[in-house]
Amino acid sequence: MKLRYIIPIVYILFLMLPIYWLVAMSFKTTNEILSGFSLFPQTFTLENYRVIFTDPTWYWGYINSIIYVSLNTVISIAVALPAAYAFSRYRFLGDKQLFFWLLTNRMAPAAVFALPFFQLYSSVGLFDTHIAVALAHCLFNIPLAVWILEGFMRGVPKELDETAYVDGYSFPRFFVTIFLPSIKAGVGVAAFFCFMFSWVEMLLAKTLTAVAAKPIAATMTKTASSAGYELGLLAAAGTLTIIPGAIVIYFVRNYIAKGFALGRV
Amino acid sequence: MKTVNQKGWFFVLPVLVLVAFNALIPMMTVVNYSVQETFGDNVFFWEGLGWFEQLLNSERFYAALGRQFMFTGIILAIEVPLGIIIALSMPRQGFWVPVCLVLMALPMLIPWNVVGAMWNIFTLPDIGLLGYLMNTTLGINYDMTQDPVAAWVTIVTMDVWHWTSLVVLLSYAGIVSIPDAYYQAAKIDGASNWAVFRYIQLPKMKTVLTIAILLRFMDSFNIYTEPFVLTGGGPGNSTTLLSIDLVKIALGQFDLGPAAAMSLIYFAITLLVSWVFYTVMTKDDAQ
Repeated sequence: MKLRYIIPIVYILFLMLPIYWLVAMSFKTTNEILSGFSLFPQTFTLENYRVIFTDPTWYWGYINSIIYVSLNTVISIAVALPAAYAFSRYRFLGDKQLFFWLLTNRMAPAAVFALPFFQLYSSVGLFDTHIAVALAHCLFNIPLAVWILEGFMRGVPKELDETAYVDGYSFPRFFVTIFLPSIKAGVGVAAFFCFMFSWVEMLLAKTLTAVAAKPIAATMTKTASSAGYELGLLAAAGTLTIIPGAIVIYFVRNYIAKGFALGRV
Repeated sequence: MKTVNQKGWFFVLPVLVLVAFNALIPMMTVVNYSVQETFGDNVFFWEGLGWFEQLLNSERFYAALGRQFMFTGIILAIEVPLGIIIALSMPRQGFWVPVCLVLMALPMLIPWNVVGAMWNIFTLPDIGLLGYLMNTTLGINYDMTQDPVAAWVTIVTMDVWHWTSLVVLLSYAGIVSIPDAYYQAAKIDGASNWAVFRYIQLPKMKTVLTIAILLRFMDSFNIYTEPFVLTGGGPGNSTTLLSIDLVKIALGQFDLGPAAAMSLIYFAITLLVSWVFYTVMTKDDAQ
């Protein structure tokens, strides 16, 4: 083993410490947590998880989050695909300006937009629906998806398009049967990043929902204030929010780094 | 070579409509608020540029802006070099590569309020792992609810923990794209490790590093949820970053006019810095 590997090992240990503490806490009773310091759970309990999986207000938080995140990923990729194709293949009036304008939407602080978003989605009657959160997250996910997909599409030679047209393919048929399969890694990476940013964003999601589409984060803050400070329960809920991301990242592990490397700028 | 084809607009149209709906309408609402005064009940009075004037003369705004720049500066100064060093020392192939990548990416996939809450319980003086180690084992008096320095160290450490992996992943992507022949040539020439880094690896990482710094700048400058959950801006106002202050004014005091004016100035600063950076970096590429 080489000496330099110590650096990533120490770094990973540093990353895992707070996560370990969260997971360890989720297996403790609230009494044990508050009574003092212990490195490992002394009275190992699954009670916290039982509460979450049996109480609808808890587990619906997860279901709601997963619904709007999936909706957002599908919408973002669906509209970003043709746009990225246009950016990678054509030059048209204002294309560069448009591309930069899209990127600027990642720069607007979500805190700035919280109140106007609430008013906008209330006035169109979408407040407290999954689709409202999915659409709102498009603000920062579509630009990112266009950016990543454009990078992958630029890597596909233009001759592929031309050959397909000579062979008599119509544009939609070419796009779906030939072009898409050749950039499927890119679609995977873009979908991963859309999923990730929609999953971790909580300010807009909380602002745009009340009961029916409430995300897991809002459930967590509510519990923290109403039932005193149920640390064990909170830790268990937090632990469960890590799992979907971990599953998704496992599937794209070989592409994550590549996704941004091919991007533009 | 790309062909000139105005048909491109039809392909871009769905994106344009969706993003414009989400960006322009709320933005106009903010602009609208920024020039008016309200006492509730949806009654508004014309205020002109008064809020902007008031804001640009207020010490509170400059203090928050200063803290914001300090935070962004510190985390960039730590995360970028640290990320590059870690990426350079990672294995290039084999079983451990995906393991490293998955473990490193994990913090980025945790919802932001959970990150804040998690660091909060991690640093509690008597029962948190870090708080306990510092206070009891090492005997250093560490309590971020009392001590501004401890609070700053904690939010910076949290951000380093949360986002250094982004720099690592991107730099790593740049490094593995370098063909082996480059290293062999360097070895034949007897180049030192530093020369290999300076003339081979760094230039190859430039594009991805640009993206990393740009993303880190934008996201850290707009950071809200994590420090708010962790410290709530305290003790006192010592960790009240710009966005925390903004939300205090907008939702805490319900001063929509000043908050809107502040939002616009805030957005303009982010936009300006990013634009300068984007232009400088892409101009270099064209040469």
